[in-house]
Amino acid sequence: MATLKGKAFKFGDSISTDHIVPGRLAHLRSNLPELAKHVLEDADPTFARRVQPGDFVVGGQNFGLGSSREHAPLVIKMAGVSAVLAKSVARIFFRNAINRGLPVLITDTDKINDGDELEVDLGAGSIKDLTNGADLIFKPLPQAMQALLDEGGLIPYIKKHGDFKLE
Amino acid sequence: MPKTIAEKILCQKLGRDVSAGEIVVSPVDLAFAQDTTGPLTVREYRGSGFKKLANKYKTVLFLDHAAPSPQAQLATDHILLRDFAAETGCVLSDVGRGVCHQIVAEQMARPGDVIVGADSHTVTAGALGAFATGMGSSDIAVAFALGQTWFRVPESIRIELKGRFPPGVSAKDLILHLIGKIGADGATYQALEFGGKAVETMSMPGRLTIANMAVEAGAKLGIFPSDAITEKYLKDMGRPQDYRPITPDKGASYERTIEIDLATLEPTVARPHTVDNVTLARELSGVKIHQVFLGTCTNGRLEDLSIAVSILRGNKCAPGTRLVVVPASQRVLMEALEIGYITILVEAGALIASPGCGACLGLHQGVLGDGEACLSTANRNFKGRMGNPNSFVYLASPATAAATALTGYVADPREVL
Repeated sequence: MATLKGKAFKFGDSISTDHIVPGRLAHLRSNLPELAKHVLEDADPTFARRVQPGDFVVGGQNFGLGSSREHAPLVIKMAGVSAVLAKSVARIFFRNAINRGLPVLITDTDKINDGDELEVDLGAGSIKDLTNGADLIFKPLPQAMQALLDEGGLIPYIKKHGDFKLE
Repeated sequence: MPKTIAEKILCQKLGRDVSAGEIVVSPVDLAFAQDTTGPLTVREYRGSGFKKLANKYKTVLFLDHAAPSPQAQLATDHILLRDFAAETGCVLSDVGRGVCHQIVAEQMARPGDVIVGADSHTVTAGALGAFATGMGSSDIAVAFALGQTWFRVPESIRIELKGRFPPGVSAKDLILHLIGKIGADGATYQALEFGGKAVETMSMPGRLTIANMAVEAGAKLGIFPSDAITEKYLKDMGRPQDYRPITPDKGASYERTIEIDLATLEPTVARPHTVDNVTLARELSGVKIHQVFLGTCTNGRLEDLSIAVSILRGNKCAPGTRLVVVPASQRVLMEALEIGYITILVEAGALIASPGCGACLGLHQGVLGDGEACLSTANRNFKGRMGNPNSFVYLASPATAAATALTGYVADPREVL
């Protein structure tokens, strides 16, 4: 499996879907490239222009709490982010991210500082902070979610298999 | 093995024994999306090459979040949804009919159903004893087409309720208290199962308020047993045939049990910017409020308006504090008109907006200005939630909302009763 490499953009606890794509921008949800310019705007207005392909969004507790809007992981992925790292993640965001083919890695993000260079080995379940030398591990995904992620998300999975074959 | 309500519903649905922790693929009895998640649902459905809905009578699109539309792009999204409904024959609930969760409760949800919606507050239907949970647009597009979805059978936390609410205290205070106690991630991936003596006398509107906010503790479900109160509610809604009893088994296994004596509760408020930032109304008496918002899928029902009316009747809102009232559905609006509640509220200074989500998510009908504070009966107070990241949202009960409208500051309703 792939190795991901990029810079950490560190956010705090309780980053809600309103921080990621606020309701006031609902009129842009049918114009995703425009919506993506506002990704995480209410948490860090400079994020959208600083993030580079491959970078990581690094949250604290309960990342992605709130709404069911799939646009939240969708615009994070569109911004080029290769994975979301967090201490814990809200249920619907987690499911939506995997459905969109965006890996979510649960790990002790206290060990990572804003701006650190990270290297993630998805197969080995390990994260190396190349800036401070910290070695971290993350829990493997539940098998059903891994099966969806392996196909690139829910819709590609269903297109291929025609049905759920998860039990 | 004895089952929780969540386990029991999935056992019945699948016709075999299932327990917490298992992955199951379950048929769904109802799948829906609304106007801010529906357009992506429709695009994913079409992009996947799906040709036919699994059951057009159990597929619903609700136009409620931006209803009527405040913006051209959202009006165009509405066209997309109306066209999809015309093309597939699915059910369309157009602007002005009300919030999806209220209409699901009034017209659709049955005890024992599995319900999925592209809206996090789909959990509301747990009040009727349904296994109801929110998902994203892709999941709902697949549920539309296949009539099924996958779940991890959740563990349950038992919330054992006893005693009676003191005057001025209601279901909203209970659920805010609980979220404050366990935190905004206190029930992540789990079901909150409510039960105990106090549930036997708890009204359906109260149950809907509580189930609605289960997701604010991270829960997958907020679920009640179905009982005589459920039966009466379904009868009142004109569908007595939809009733069937669902109760947990004695000895079912719970992740933990939390006991709450309703008699010990006081008017409770969630402060900005998280729902678990909870305190008592009386601790916030100096906080100036510019807008009071009474409505939403949490507290926009007739019982909620009735509480506000009992406080506002013959009184006026404080100068400098506006009161926005949004009935949760057309049915609630009609009933409030007939009983005279609307007249009383308007005479007190309220403005009434069309049934729907109203100001809750920051799109229209009460967006806040810089530095303004709103006391809202809704379910979320995240930064930027009501349309402006430089504003502040406090969450409270209809009684606290009405008392606050009168005084212009966060008020303990027991002082005006």
